[in-house]
Amino acid sequence: MNVFRFILQNRSQVLELTGEHLWLVGLSTLFATLIGIPLGIVIAHWPRLNKPVLAGANIIQTVPSLALFGFLLPVPWLGDRADRLAILALTLYALLPIIRNTYTGIRGVDPAVMEAGRGMGLTESQLLLQVELPLAISVILSGVRTAIVISVGLATIAAAIGAGGLGEFIFRGLAMVDNRVILAGAVPAAMLALLADIGVGWLERRLQPR
Amino acid sequence: MPPTPATPAIEFRNVSYQVAETHVLRSLTLQVQPGETLALLGRSGSGKTTTLKLVNRLLSPTAGEVLVNGVPNLNADVTRLRRSIGYVIQEVGLFPHFTVARNIGLVPKIEGWPEPRVRARVEELLQMVGLAPELASRYPHQLSGGQRQRVGVARALAADPQILLMDEPFGALDPLTRDELQREFISLQKRLRKTVVFVTHDLREAMRLGSRIALMEAGKLVTILSPDEFLRSTDPWASAYVKAFGDRLESTTTEGKS
Repeated sequence: MNVFRFILQNRSQVLELTGEHLWLVGLSTLFATLIGIPLGIVIAHWPRLNKPVLAGANIIQTVPSLALFGFLLPVPWLGDRADRLAILALTLYALLPIIRNTYTGIRGVDPAVMEAGRGMGLTESQLLLQVELPLAISVILSGVRTAIVISVGLATIAAAIGAGGLGEFIFRGLAMVDNRVILAGAVPAAMLALLADIGVGWLERRLQPR
Repeated sequence: MPPTPATPAIEFRNVSYQVAETHVLRSLTLQVQPGETLALLGRSGSGKTTTLKLVNRLLSPTAGEVLVNGVPNLNADVTRLRRSIGYVIQEVGLFPHFTVARNIGLVPKIEGWPEPRVRARVEELLQMVGLAPELASRYPHQLSGGQRQRVGVARALAADPQILLMDEPFGALDPLTRDELQREFISLQKRLRKTVVFVTHDLREAMRLGSRIALMEAGKLVTILSPDEFLRSTDPWASAYVKAFGDRLESTTTEGKS
C-alpha cells in the first residue's frame, strides 16, 4: 500500500517525529500525574476544595487546543521554545481526567473500611498509603490512561506552533493535499494511542485490588 | 487483681455531644469497670454508637470528658489510644485488598513486631475465634459473613487490647450464625476478661452477653441495670423493652417475670 511504502521510505523521519511525539506526551503525562494525583487526594479529603478545583480543570478542558497554544505563545520563557509550551498545554489538558479519577477512586473506598482502619489506630498517612491509594489505584490509572490517549491526539496539534511530533506530517500533508503524508503522521499517532491504552490497561488490571 | 476499688476502665463524666443544634448525647455519666461487659441498649438515634466512638476518639465530646484507665482520653496520643482499644463494627470493614492474615496482623506489624511473632499471633487468634488456619491466605470476599465477623474480632484483639468496643457486632448475621458467635463470645470473654462495651438494639443479646445493661433513649442514659434487674424494672422505658421482647425472653430465661 502507498501509505506504508511512504512510511517505510521515510522511516528515519517517522521515527524521529514519533520520538518527539513520545517526548511531548510522556513528559506532559508525567507532570499531570505528579500534579493531578496529589490534587485529587487533597480534594477527596477536603470536600470544600473539590468544586473549585474540578471547575478549574474543567474550564481548561473547554479551551480549544489551538487557541491555548496561541495564548501561551507570547509568554516570555515559554514562548522561547515551542516544546516547553506544548508540554505545558498538554499537561493542563491531562489534569482533569487524572484529578477526577483520583478523587472518585478515593471517595469510592468503603466508609466502613476507613472507619475500621481509623478505629484500629492507623494514622492518616497509613490510611492513605495502605488503604485508600491501593484501593483506588485502578480507578486512578484509568484516568491516566484517558489522559494519555487524549494527549497523543492533542500533541499532533503542537506541530502548528513548531513543537514537532507526528503532527508535522499531518500539517505538511494538509498543505500538500497528500493523504499519504497525512496518514504517515496519523497512523503512527493512532498506534501510539492504542499501545498506551493497552499498556496502562494491563497495568490497571495487574494492580486491581481484589 | 487487688481487692482495692480499681480505677474504672472507662468513665464518662458529664459528657455531651452536639452537632449543630442537635443534642446527640446529653450529660452522660457512666463507669465501666475492668473486666465487665456493658451493653449499650437503645433504638437507632439514641446515642449508643456516639457513646462508643467517644471512647476511642472517633468523636470528641462538646462538653465533659471521657477517661480511659483514669486518664482523660483527650490527653492521650490518639494513635496510641486507639491501638490500645479493640474496635469491631457491624459492617466489619475488613481491608478488601489484604488477606485474612494481613488484616489480623496489621496493627502488630505497624507496631513493629517481628514477622515470626506476628505470624504466631495470627495463628493463635484464628484458633481463638474458631477459624481454620488455612483461611489465613484467603481474601475477605472469599469468606462468609460469619467468618468475616470472626476475622473482625480477631483483628480487634490482635495487639491484645484490654478494652474492646463493639458496635452491633452480630447485627448483620443470620440468626443461627449470630447465636453461634454470641455463644463463642461468652466463652471467649470468660477466658480473656476484657473490658467490653457493646452496642445493640436487641434486648435478648444485651441480656445474654452483658453483665450490665445501659439503656439509652434520645441521647440520655435512662438507667443501668443487671439483666435480672432489667427484667423486673418498673422503669417505663425498660419495661417497654421487656414487653416488646416479652415472648422471646420468656422462652430463653428460666426464671423470667411472672
